Amino acid sequence: MTTPAPDVRMSPAAAVGLVASREISTRLKSKAYRISTAVTLLLIVVGILAIKLFSGGGADSKVGYTPATAGFSAPLKATGQAIGETVDVIPVADEAAGRAKLADGSLDALLTGDGKSLHVQVKKDLDGNLKDVLQVLSQQVAVSQQVAALGGDPARFQEAVASAKFVEDPPLEQPYDYNGQQLVLGIIAGILIYMSLLMNGQIVAQGVVEEKTSRVVELLLSTIKPWQLMAGKVLGIGAVGLIQMVVIGVGGVVTALATDVLTISVSAAVGTVVWLIVWYLLGFLMYSIVFAALGALVSRQEDVGGVTTPALMFVIAGYVIGISVLPSDPGNTFVEVLSVIPVFSPTLMPMRLAMGGVPVWEAVVSVGLVVLLIPVLIWFAARIYRNAVMRTGAKVKLRDALRAA
Amino acid sequence: MTGLEIDGISKRYGDVVALREMTFDVRPGELFGFVGSNGAGKTTTMRIALGVLSADAGEVRYDGAPVTHETRRHIGYMPEERGLYPRMKVAEQLTYLARLHGMPAADAQASVTKWTERLGVAGRRDDEVQKLSLGNQQRVQLAAALVHEPRILVLDEPFSGLDPVAVDVMSQVLKEKAAEGVPVVFSSHQLDLVERLCDRVGIVRSGQMVAKGTVDELRAGGALRLRVDVPEAADGWADGLPGVKVLGRTGAVTELELGADADDQAVLKAALATGPVREFAREQPSLTELFRSVVTHQEVPA
Repeated sequence: MTTPAPDVRMSPAAAVGLVASREISTRLKSKAYRISTAVTLLLIVVGILAIKLFSGGGADSKVGYTPATAGFSAPLKATGQAIGETVDVIPVADEAAGRAKLADGSLDALLTGDGKSLHVQVKKDLDGNLKDVLQVLSQQVAVSQQVAALGGDPARFQEAVASAKFVEDPPLEQPYDYNGQQLVLGIIAGILIYMSLLMNGQIVAQGVVEEKTSRVVELLLSTIKPWQLMAGKVLGIGAVGLIQMVVIGVGGVVTALATDVLTISVSAAVGTVVWLIVWYLLGFLMYSIVFAALGALVSRQEDVGGVTTPALMFVIAGYVIGISVLPSDPGNTFVEVLSVIPVFSPTLMPMRLAMGGVPVWEAVVSVGLVVLLIPVLIWFAARIYRNAVMRTGAKVKLRDALRAA
Repeated sequence: MTGLEIDGISKRYGDVVALREMTFDVRPGELFGFVGSNGAGKTTTMRIALGVLSADAGEVRYDGAPVTHETRRHIGYMPEERGLYPRMKVAEQLTYLARLHGMPAADAQASVTKWTERLGVAGRRDDEVQKLSLGNQQRVQLAAALVHEPRILVLDEPFSGLDPVAVDVMSQVLKEKAAEGVPVVFSSHQLDLVERLCDRVGIVRSGQMVAKGTVDELRAGGALRLRVDVPEAADGWADGLPGVKVLGRTGAVTELELGADADDQAVLKAALATGPVREFAREQPSLTELFRSVVTHQEVPA
């Protein structure tokens, strides 16, 4: 008889930590994870650089004018400004030189003719916005000519027309001025949250089923408790997802700020990333424990999809509603209400927060509700998991898993 | 030192009684063979001992005290449903399992090296488990049960699926562990192996322990058998001897079963009366025969 080894003391935290670190090292080593992170980051950075590159000149269209049509150049620019189209006017020596520039693409349009009426030539198609500018300009030319024919002063007439304005009384409610860039940020935040909830949630469910299918779960449960196994798995996969989210979020925002594509304040940009991470964590915790419990009900990878669909529908519904309503109507009341309800808030709230204009109380209440819901879900999930994870074979009914002692 | 005690464990699944007052003990340094038909309750008993399943009644004790979560870390377990992470490397997996049983990282790695060498899978340490042959996976599974240097071994069908060499290695390891003072209980359908290895055997039927003891003790309860080779005897030479039942005759050999009141010397005289006697031997019923008679003859009251 050998002397007995000292009693093994392992705290629950140590057990959870061991399980979590196995998940982390397994996932970090997986090619799929590295590639998906790199590709997403690359897409975002390339997207930002592309925006930078193509919006480079600042002008929406470049229009050439000949000495004969020089009189139109200043009104063209002014009209463009009034309509919201930046028009660059570039002098060319004559029509032939201008056509050459049209052909090589350095001009979008060329003003031709004798300067009395507006003639324009393009390579292929006239840009819609430029067409509107030219239409307005040609009307002005016609009006000026009529005013002159009637003996008036076209310049004074134009001035009077241009200075006419209606007076706007202060609005009853100050609307939130949504910034276009923040709307885009909101959409990107929504897509990122949605993708990572979908991916990491499924990974949790698949991981649970993998342990069931390979029967390794029996060996694991002979040394640690079911809740420790479940918690370790959720935390490990969550941490890996968090790393991915931070890399993509920070990488994207830093690139955008550095290239001046994003001109909102640094604090707003950082705020967006912080909210993104907070909501990723809340959403992931909430959904992944549900996915872990649902995964425990089945024994084959093929059944994971079926059993997790009901929970996934909430994630998808939130995302679809958000992405289809918010960009055009960021203040939508229906979405505002949904974004406070826990099952939808992880997808909707980060989009709204990134877009801005969310009252503080709404942000606090939505976080609070999810924080309150998580312990309840953990209790249910642990019960389902404990009762179902050792039962292999046919799918365990949810009711049986909840009832069994 | 009382080793592992299973005391009055009962378990039912709805209306199905899986275990009824299952009781036995495995002493330190003892190899205990757990045999029974499929579905008799061996696996359920082991799962309850490991805390993977909960019992409706009864208690599992080690060293006189109820088995707790901490005690279970000292058990080396080989589940009937073999299971390892298929895509994890052998060494990583064993280290992980050793650490889950509370072993410090450095000790765990040393132990993995030791056991993979001992069980002949040292060359496969850096391979994923799913790339190993079934036999080698089985060896890794055994390593998983041993890697944390357990103080109790509970092995469900450790010999199934092993080649003869691996069976020898496994037997040797189990004997060594028992010699170190570890109580070892394993189930098996290979009764000749159980008979050869085990100090004591328990036979389970319908969730109850119906016989337990050394193989000799189990034999003591049964009837004595004789094998008599009498080439010149006529059929029925042994009829009418008190307490003697003729089981059958093949060629010159007659098989007899002697009741409690029978006298083997009377049988020998009757045999000699027929002519030469080439063989007169007591037949030891094998464990297989004992098992058959226990499992088929005794009716368990419902």
